[in-house]
Amino acid sequence: MRPIEYASPRTKEQAVRLLASTWGETAVLAGGTDLLSLLKDDVIAPRRLVNIKEIEELRGIAFDPRKGLRLGALVTIEELLDDPRVRQHYSALAEAAEGIRSPQIRNMGTVGGDLCQRPRCWYFRAGFGLLARDAQGRSLVLHGDNRYHAILGNEGPAYFVSPSSLAPPLIAYEARLRLFGPGGTREMPVQAFFRIPQSEEEREHDLRPNEIVTEILIPPPRGEASATYEVRQREALDWPLATASVALQMDGDRVTAARIVMGHVAPIPWLSPEAAQTLVNKTITEDVAQAAGEAAVRRARSLGRNGYKIQLARVAVKRAILRAVQGGAR
Amino acid sequence: MTESRSSSPAEYTWPERGHRRLIGKRLSRVDGPAKVSGKATYTYDVHRPGMLYGKILRSPYAHARIKSIDTSRAERMPGVKAVHIIQGPGTEIFWAGDEIVAVAAVDEPTAEDAIRSIRVEYEILPHLVIDTDPQRAGDMAKPTAEEIVGDPDAAFRQAEVVVEGVYGLPVITHCCLESHGLVAEWEDEENLLVHISTQAVSSIPNQMARPLGIPAGNIRVKMDHIGGGFGSKFSPDRWGIVAARLSKLAGGRPVKIMLERDAELMVAGARPSAYGRIKVGAKKDGTLLAWESTSWGTGGMGGGGRPPLPYIFEIPNQRKQHTAIMNHMGSARAWRAPNHPQACLLTMAALEDLAAELEMDPLDLFLKNIELTGRRAEIYRQELQIAADLIGWKTHWHPRGDQSHGPMKRGLGLAIHTWGGRGHASNCDLTIHPDGSVEIKLASQDLGTGTRTGITIVAAETLGLPMDRIKVMIGDSRYPASGPSGGSTTIGGVSSATRRAALDALDQLFAKVAPALNARPEDLEAVQGRIRVKGDPGRSMSWEQACATLGGMPLTVRGRNPGPGNLTSSGVGGVQMADVSVDVETGVVRINKMVAVQDCGLIIDMKTAESQCYGAMIMGIGYALYEEKIMDQLTGRMLNPNMEFYKLAGLGDVGELIVHMMTGPGYDERGVIGLGEPPVISPGAAISNAVANAIGVRVPFLPLTPDRVLEALHKKGGHHATH
Ligand SMILES: Cc1cc2nc3c(=O)[nH]c(=O)nc-3n(C[C@H](O)[C@H](O)[C@H](O)COP(=O)(O)OP(=O)(O)OC[C@H]3O[C@@H](n4cnc5c(N)ncnc54)[C@H](O)[C@@H]3O)c2cc1C
Ligand code: SF4
Repeated sequence: MRPIEYASPRTKEQAVRLLASTWGETAVLAGGTDLLSLLKDDVIAPRRLVNIKEIEELRGIAFDPRKGLRLGALVTIEELLDDPRVRQHYSALAEAAEGIRSPQIRNMGTVGGDLCQRPRCWYFRAGFGLLARDAQGRSLVLHGDNRYHAILGNEGPAYFVSPSSLAPPLIAYEARLRLFGPGGTREMPVQAFFRIPQSEEEREHDLRPNEIVTEILIPPPRGEASATYEVRQREALDWPLATASVALQMDGDRVTAARIVMGHVAPIPWLSPEAAQTLVNKTITEDVAQAAGEAAVRRARSLGRNGYKIQLARVAVKRAILRAVQGGAR
Repeated sequence: MTESRSSSPAEYTWPERGHRRLIGKRLSRVDGPAKVSGKATYTYDVHRPGMLYGKILRSPYAHARIKSIDTSRAERMPGVKAVHIIQGPGTEIFWAGDEIVAVAAVDEPTAEDAIRSIRVEYEILPHLVIDTDPQRAGDMAKPTAEEIVGDPDAAFRQAEVVVEGVYGLPVITHCCLESHGLVAEWEDEENLLVHISTQAVSSIPNQMARPLGIPAGNIRVKMDHIGGGFGSKFSPDRWGIVAARLSKLAGGRPVKIMLERDAELMVAGARPSAYGRIKVGAKKDGTLLAWESTSWGTGGMGGGGRPPLPYIFEIPNQRKQHTAIMNHMGSARAWRAPNHPQACLLTMAALEDLAAELEMDPLDLFLKNIELTGRRAEIYRQELQIAADLIGWKTHWHPRGDQSHGPMKRGLGLAIHTWGGRGHASNCDLTIHPDGSVEIKLASQDLGTGTRTGITIVAAETLGLPMDRIKVMIGDSRYPASGPSGGSTTIGGVSSATRRAALDALDQLFAKVAPALNARPEDLEAVQGRIRVKGDPGRSMSWEQACATLGGMPLTVRGRNPGPGNLTSSGVGGVQMADVSVDVETGVVRINKMVAVQDCGLIIDMKTAESQCYGAMIMGIGYALYEEKIMDQLTGRMLNPNMEFYKLAGLGDVGELIVHMMTGPGYDERGVIGLGEPPVISPGAAISNAVANAIGVRVPFLPLTPDRVLEALHKKGGHHATH
C-alpha cells in the first residue's frame, strides 16, 4: 500500500518544519474537503500530510472597530456565517459564505482552505495538469468543453476559473493575508496571493510548498455599502457560474470609491477597476449599475462554449451593486 | 404443498370498494423505520468474514486495441490475492471506462495500488462520442427505412398551419446513489453465494451460471435493500462474473466489488439520447392532420432505442425515419420507461409549438385532439381537467411570452404520457403456522417502490389480519421465483400472486374449521382477526384458534401470477403540468410547482404510489434542468463522472410538488397496474413547454441550462439578452 505519513503539529513552526520545500512531497491538511478529493482522484500523491487543525493560533475570529476583523485560517465557513459581526460589517463576505450550500462542507471547510483550494477544471481533476494539455501539447480546454472556464484573464496558458467564493469579497474589502514559512511571516493583499500560472511548474497562488496561510485581516468597516451576488444554476450545492462582490464608499447617495471583484470568471479573482471607475461620483441607479456591468466584461472573451458567462458576469456585477445600495433587495 | 383452488376463477377478485380495509389507504412503508434508522442492509453494507476488495483497471481511451498487459508487479504485491485479466491483448475496446484487469486484495488501498501498478499498452483508434449530428457519424449512423402512415403529402398540403422544429435530449446516466456491485463467495468448489444490488434476484443465477460453468441451482443470490436501479441493474454485469472468478482464484474468499462513483457514471448505465426534426400540420381550429419526423440518437455501440413517435396522439398521416448512431460513449441500458421520455419531449414540444403558432391554449389543443389518444381518451380528458385545476391553469396560463415587467418570467406547460405495467410472472409461498403467524416468501426485490409493503397489505387485507402479523421475506433466490422489477411490472405481479395464495390458504383453513363452527366453508369469512360465519358474527373463532386446528403441520400455499381471475392489467395514462420561473437575464430556470395526475388501476398503497410520483417528478426535474453525460471530443472521456458536475436536483430545486392519483369507478376495476415508470415520462416535456411559455421561445434541447436558455433568447432577439 502506498504509505502516507500523517503529522499533527501543535505550532506553526513545527508545521513548517514538517513541510517539504518542493511541491508534491507533502501537503497541508485543513478541513480536507478539497484535499481528500485531490488525493482520491490521484491529482496529488504526497508522502506526508501535515494536519494543521491542532494549531490553536490559527483559529478564532476577532473584531475590533478600530483594527478590523481577524480571521484565523482555520475558521470554518460555518463559524464565519454564524458570526453576527461579520454579517453586520462585512455582509458581502457573509453572503458569499451562504453560497456554499452544503452544511457538511461549511462545517469542515476552512477560510484558509477556501482560498487555497485548487481549481475545479475537469481536465485538471482528471489528471491532465493545471494547464490541461494532452500528450501533443494541445490545450484540452480550447479544443474541448470549456463551458465552465474563464472569460477573463484567459489569454492562456491557464483557462481554469478560481474556485474561491470568499476571495472576491475579501479583495473588495482590501483584506490582507498572512503566511508563515521558514523565513518567518509574509503579508500581502489577498489579491496579490492569486496569480495566473504561466507554466505547469507554477501555481495559482503565491504560496510556497512549506508555507501556510495563518490569518486574514480585514480593515475596519468604513460604512461601505457592500454585497455579493452569485449566479448559480441550482439552489442545492453547486458551483456558482459567476459571482460579483462590491464594496462602495458612499457620501450620501454618491459613490466616492468602489471595489468590484468577480469570482469564477478568471484564473484569479478578477478585480475590475474599469467597472469601479464608472461608479465614482454617481448615484446608483439601474442604468448606472448596468453600465458598470458592461465595463466589467468589456475585455471578456468566449473560449467557444462559455460565452454565456459574459452575460452572467455582467448581471452579477449589476445585481451586486444594486443589492449593496438597496440593502439586500435585488 | 401446492393445491389449487376449487372455486371458479371468477372468485379471484379484488375486494369491492367499501370492503377494502387496507388496500388503497395511505399506509407507511413497512421497512421505513429500518431505512431511516440505518438498520436496513444494502449490498454496500455487506461485510463477510475474510472479505477481499476487488478493483478494476479501466480503459482511459474510448476506442483502442490492447497491445500488451503487464500485471507482474500487482501479482507480487503483498496483500494481493487474485489478479484476473478481463480483456486480453488483441481485444478492441469501445468505450472509455471499459474493464481491462481486476484484482482482489485484503483492503481497498492495496487493491488500488495494485491496479495502479499494472501496465497496459494500447493502440489508440479513432473515436466518436458526439451524437448531435448524424452527418458526422459516417458509417456509424444506421438509418432505418422511412415509415408512412396514411398520406402525409396530401395532409401537409391540406394543412392550414405547419410548424417545424428541432428538439432533443442528451444521453444521461442512471446515477444510482448506491452504485452497482456485489459480494461473491464460493461456499465450496461448486456453490456460489452472491449478495448483489439487483433488480432481478430470480434471474441472476441463470445469468451467472453459464459463464461460470456451474448449474444455476448452485448459485444463491441475496439482496435486502437497494439504493436505486432505474433499469440499470438487471444483469450481474461483467464485474459480477469477475468478482466470482476472483473469489475462486482466492480460494473462495468473499470478494466485494462496488463501483466507484466515476465508474458508475461512465459505464453502469446511460439513457439513449434522442433528437428530431419534427413537422406538424393542422387545421386552423387545431385539428391535427400530419406528422413528419426525422429522428436520431445514440445508446453507445448498441445505437440506442427508437422513440415511439408521434407519442400517444395517433395523428392520421405520418412520415417517420430514425437513425441510430453507434458511438463510443458506453452502452445504454433501460432507463425508467425506455424511449418514452424521449418520445414525449419530441412530441409534446412540437405540439406546444403548434399551439403557440395557432395562438391557442395548448390545453385546448390537447383536448381538441383527445380522441387521437385512443382508448384512454376519457382518462386523459378527466386528468387534464384535474391537473388544470390543481395548477390554476385557467388563471395563470398566458399566451407565449410573459409580458410582465422585470427579468423573472413565469410560464406553464403540460405533457401527457402512457405506459403498460401489467404484472409480471410471480410465485410466492404463503405459510400459515399453527400458532397463527403468517409468512410469505418470494424471490422478488423491493426497488424502493414499496414491494414489501404492497405484499403485506394484500395478505393482511385478504386474511383479515393486521399488517404486523404478516412477515414478508423477499430478496433470496431460494424462495419461489418472481420476475425482475422492470417495466413497472412488480406490484401487479406480486400482489396478484399474494392475493391468490391468501385466498387459497383461507379456503383450506375454512374447510378445516367449518365443522367446528357448524357451517359450510363457503359461508365463512376472515375479518378482524377472526373467522366467522357471514351474516352471523356471533358464530366465530379467533384466528389463533382456527390456525391451531392445523395441528403440527403448517399450511403452505403457492400463489401464482398469471393465474385465474383478472387481478392485473396494462395501460395507464398520466398528465403533468409545470409552473416555472425563468430569469431571462441569467437563463436560470426555477420550478415553482409541478402537478402529476396519474392512473394506475387499483392502488394498493396510496402513500407509496404517491411517493413514486414525487420521486419521478424530482428525477424528471433533474433531467429537464441539469443532467447530461458530458463527453470530451478530444479525449473521448466523460468529463463529469462525479456528482459535482453531473448535477441532480436538490431539495431547494424541486418547488412544490402535487400528486393526484385517479381512483374509483373506471380505474379500480382494471386491477393492479405498475407505476414505477409512467410519472417520470412527462416532466422533461412539461418543463420545456413551461419555459417556452414563460420566455416566448423554445429552448430546443434539454437540459435547460442557462447557456441554452440565453442562446434561445438571443436568437429570438429582443432586449433581454443584454440586460
Ligand atoms: C461540491 C462542492 C461545492 C463547493 N462549492 C463551493 C463554492 O461554491 N464556493 C467556494 O468558495 N467553495 C466551494 N467549495 C469548496 C470548499 O469551500 C472548499 O473545499 C473548502 O473551503 C476548503 O477548505 P478545507 O479546510 O476543507 O481545505 P482542505 O481540503 O484541507 O485544503 C484545500 C487545499 O488548500 C490547502 N490548504 C488548506 N489550508 C491551508 C493553509 N492554511 N495554508 C496553506 N494551504 C492550505 C491544502 O493543502 C489543499 O491543497 C465546494 C466544495 C465542494 C466539494
Ligand atoms: S449527501 Fe450523499 S451520502 Fe449523504 S445522504 Fe445524500 S446521497 Fe447519501
